[in-house]
Amino acid sequence: MKTSYREAIRQAMREALAADARVFLMGEDVGRYGGTYACSKGLLDEFGPERIRDTPLSELGFVGAGIGAALGGMRPIVEVMTVNFSLLALDPIVNTAAALRHMSGGQFPVPLVVRMATGAGRQLAAQHSHSLENWYAHVPGIRVLAPATVSDARGMLAPALADPDPVVIFEHAQLYNQEGELPEDWRCDICRAAVRREGGDISLITYGGSLPKTLEAAEWLAAEGIAAEVVDLRVLRPLDTATIAATVGRTHRAVIVDEGWRSGSLAAEVMARILENCFFDLDAPVARVCSEEVPIPYAKHLEEAALPQVPKIVAAARGVLGK
Amino acid sequence: MDEGEIRAGVIATLRMIAPEIEEAAIEADAPLRDQVDLDSMDWLNVILGLHERFGIDIPEADYGRLGTLKDVVAYLAARA
Amino acid sequence: MIEFKLPSLGADMDEGKLLEWKVAPGDAVKKGQVVAIVDTSKAAVDVEIWSEGTVVELLVAPGETIPVGTVLATLLEAGETPKTAATRTAPTPAPPRPGPVTRAGGEAVTSGRRRISPAARKHAEELGVDIASLTGTGPEGAVTLADVEQAAAAGAAKTVAAPDRSAEMRRAIAAAMSRSKREIPHYYLSEPIPMRRALDWLARANAARPVTERLLPAVLLLKAVALATREVAEMNGLYRDGIFEPAAAAHIGVAISLRQGGLSAPAIHDVGEKSLEQLMRDLTDLVRRTRAGSLRSSEMSDPTLTVTNLGEQGVAAVYGVIYPPQVALVGFGRIGEQPWAENGALTVMPVVTASLAADHRVSDGHRGALFLAAIRELLQRPEDL
Repeated sequence: MKTSYREAIRQAMREALAADARVFLMGEDVGRYGGTYACSKGLLDEFGPERIRDTPLSELGFVGAGIGAALGGMRPIVEVMTVNFSLLALDPIVNTAAALRHMSGGQFPVPLVVRMATGAGRQLAAQHSHSLENWYAHVPGIRVLAPATVSDARGMLAPALADPDPVVIFEHAQLYNQEGELPEDWRCDICRAAVRREGGDISLITYGGSLPKTLEAAEWLAAEGIAAEVVDLRVLRPLDTATIAATVGRTHRAVIVDEGWRSGSLAAEVMARILENCFFDLDAPVARVCSEEVPIPYAKHLEEAALPQVPKIVAAARGVLGK
Repeated sequence: MDEGEIRAGVIATLRMIAPEIEEAAIEADAPLRDQVDLDSMDWLNVILGLHERFGIDIPEADYGRLGTLKDVVAYLAARA
Repeated sequence: MIEFKLPSLGADMDEGKLLEWKVAPGDAVKKGQVVAIVDTSKAAVDVEIWSEGTVVELLVAPGETIPVGTVLATLLEAGETPKTAATRTAPTPAPPRPGPVTRAGGEAVTSGRRRISPAARKHAEELGVDIASLTGTGPEGAVTLADVEQAAAAGAAKTVAAPDRSAEMRRAIAAAMSRSKREIPHYYLSEPIPMRRALDWLARANAARPVTERLLPAVLLLKAVALATREVAEMNGLYRDGIFEPAAAAHIGVAISLRQGGLSAPAIHDVGEKSLEQLMRDLTDLVRRTRAGSLRSSEMSDPTLTVTNLGEQGVAAVYGVIYPPQVALVGFGRIGEQPWAENGALTVMPVVTASLAADHRVSDGHRGALFLAAIRELLQRPEDL
């Protein structure tokens, strides 16, 4: 069935709310407005204000409240409008949610799910457009997911809620309008990367909003006779090193596509793991396509120039292949 | 079965083990295993082959009486 | 995804010619199944696979000569499914070629070192390709895997141009034996073994058997060698990368001369566990298949100790060259009557001289002597073999 990424997220939440009375949704504009990206449209009418809760503009406050609710036995889904704003909630997420099980000797797990939008491409300028997934992927104690397909958007929430530890889900703002085929069985794990396209010449490793661009780049490369394998990381922490090593073992070449800034990026971490695991399999230096190291510009042409784009990915792949 | 047929049967059996042999090159009175280069496994296979072809069970104790091609043909002719 | 690679079917093999596929894409394969027939310089070998899965693609066509380690086919593991690309909008039919973009990574650091990719360097070593002589076609002139494979193929093509089979086998034996004498510090021991009990027992046993079930003395010798490795384990196993790995079972390589010249030493597996009758059947079958050129890959590649039985040709004793990476070779000469002094009296005794060539990196003469003594004692109790 064809459906949109936004609708897949909504269905997943609706199902979770109906299935478990402990689940509730909380965040800025999730109720009356139906969600900044309209993911919770209609849920207030269906489930009522006790379970679809609009919050004040205080990420520190409502993420903290979510942690408290999780500790109290609830299964909160906390929506943060963008990853930029989530920086106000880094303290409760990093210092409390991620650490509490460890600090309590295993006594206090925090079964919290935080959903947030990430990424650029909608002319929302520097304060609403950054990709800071790597900040969270750095922190032990939380699981970090990046659904990039309609199927993962539908399937990842349930295992995330079932996880006894905090899970952060990044939804790229460019993906909400994407339509795709929702398979009958959309259930999925939240531990493994996925090969989205097979090919023997080069591995293109990416996640989130860059997946559609990378798949398109693979199509271009195919027209030039280059068979690119596209790997969708899906889970940014813990990284699925085995799948990364397996694809590079097959192709001997890799390009990492990551909308984060290059310095200290997830792409850097993936490269490090390739070097640790596949050094003697490499047939060329590993390359990266990341965002330019500027605050994401507002102007459309500058924003486009700052982000990973299909021609940049194709050129990087050609470079690695010496073509 | 006359001696010519028996001889032909023996040669055919040997050929299964040692396809390269030429019948004319085998001296009927000289030691057979040296001429055809038959080791003990080959020899056992020759004995087996003769058993299948002629229906004669050759006991180990009789191996000493099968030194040459002539000996073999005579041995078989006496029992066929 | 499983990659099925051309195995090395012995220390002297570095390439093979695919003769035939025994499986097709979509077939499910089991461990130990024969999936292809490969011509080494010695024989057409049935190559077995040691993983389970479903064949996806056959990457090498019959007739191709490929180096050891080449991926011959890909298979899916149980539960794996071919992942398909996510549903997407139709691709641009003729994508415009993107303009040049500076290489990701920024400033390139140059050094005086020649650019050779790690994978190319490793593969060149495996294939014995002289990497210094290659021209690189990769990024910034780097030597890549493709360059190495091309050079190896060109080299292989040269060899294939001369399809003199016996010359090839000579070359393969030369390589393995030279390596053995270069790398393995051999020591040699020998011991005359009285064979009366064994031969008498065998004559009695064979008298009661139909011709189709007769035993040869060779099976007693093989079984005795296998059982002796239980007492002196340093003779049975493989020496690799500076470490001796003892083998759990005795897979005895049997040196079999080929009528057209040359030699092969495929294994009979688990010799210590088998009855003499079973060993006789296995030996008969192995000799037949070796000479017919239809061996299985595991027989070619996994002997843990070799036995050579040159007595047939009339020599008194044989001092062999160890087949690497094995660590010992037992030789038997002719079983012949000799004057034999025993208990102060002289008698005539059928005697075989057993010899041992062993690897001094793994064992010493004292252990070697115990090993030959164990073989001798085992052959005095043929009824227990």
